[in-house]
Amino acid sequence: MHDRGGWPTDEPIDRSEHQLADWEVLMDSIVGTLGANGVMNTDELRRGIESMPPEEYERASYYERWFYSVETVLTEKGVLP
Amino acid sequence: MSFVVGEHVRVSDRAHVGHHRTPGYVKGRSGTIARVHASYPNPETRAYGADGLPEKRLYHVVVDGDGADSVYLDVFEHWLEAT
Amino acid sequence: MSHDHDHAALDEPAVATRVRALADRLVENGVLTREDLRARMDWLVSRTPADGAKLVARAWVDPAFKERLLSDARRAALELDLDPGPSPVVVALENTATVHHMVVCTLCSCYPKALLGPPPDWYKSLPYRSRAVSDPRGVLREFGLELSEETEVRVVDSTADIRYLVIPRRPAGSEAIPEEDLASLVTRDSMIGVAPALDSLPA
Repeated sequence: MHDRGGWPTDEPIDRSEHQLADWEVLMDSIVGTLGANGVMNTDELRRGIESMPPEEYERASYYERWFYSVETVLTEKGVLP
Repeated sequence: MSFVVGEHVRVSDRAHVGHHRTPGYVKGRSGTIARVHASYPNPETRAYGADGLPEKRLYHVVVDGDGADSVYLDVFEHWLEAT
Repeated sequence: MSHDHDHAALDEPAVATRVRALADRLVENGVLTREDLRARMDWLVSRTPADGAKLVARAWVDPAFKERLLSDARRAALELDLDPGPSPVVVALENTATVHHMVVCTLCSCYPKALLGPPPDWYKSLPYRSRAVSDPRGVLREFGLELSEETEVRVVDSTADIRYLVIPRRPAGSEAIPEEDLASLVTRDSMIGVAPALDSLPA
């Protein structure tokens, strides 16, 4: 589901942009800090995102995927109860 | 296996369960080594909390295509075969 | 500025509250500190394409610097007192009269954010990730860029630890523009490879 190269699609590219919301900056920073502290690395983040059920993956916004991954991986590792 | 710039290679076409960074669209395709990058921790094990050691050599590969345009990507040594 | 964590702004999605709660839990459990988070947030919001643009402008005026940029972008950034980020490795790709580079991450969203700031939504979108490798000229056309048949389009898929930064071609007629103004011609999109550099200074 995450492996998108060459997937057939007619969808045009939506070029509208948005400035990152505070919660998105926070989510990005949580991941960055977890990485710097050796608690959770980038590969674990990606793996967590890839484990999302396909419908959820497609529906979720970018940082919602990050949130899903961090919750999943940290719970699995016992960092979050 | 190690490769040099200009060498012809094939991207392995194996089913891999779990996290890996070789996209489906290149599996089984032939290509040429365009650059030799440094070695990096293996994402396939690092993704599950291991340290990713020993590091794996990363290669910049241009995929064989039929048009004038080309696709380049980075592939780890253990996903490449000599041809 | 204090945040009332129980009261999400009306235009925020539900996940926003959960993200703040996650940060609180991690701080409470000693997994990370509020100071670490703040420092990282400050760093992220300070990242803009202006840094990448400085590298490109210097490469345009100084061929020896350009060679250094092509061989080690991290060291070249440090030479200009720019922050190439803690990791990962950045490699610069030069556009020429015959080769045009375009960068994508089909698997996720890998991007040289230390030098360009956070990636635009479209870069992370499913259609861009799908079509960049299968129909690059179609994608470029959507961005308003039509390249001649003599130009080879090289799509570079950032699949591993390397991040790629495109050095767009220096526009013709820009020889008289001083270096610090040249950087204003170098847009974020030109450093991703979906647009050329501007050919005249923005008003």
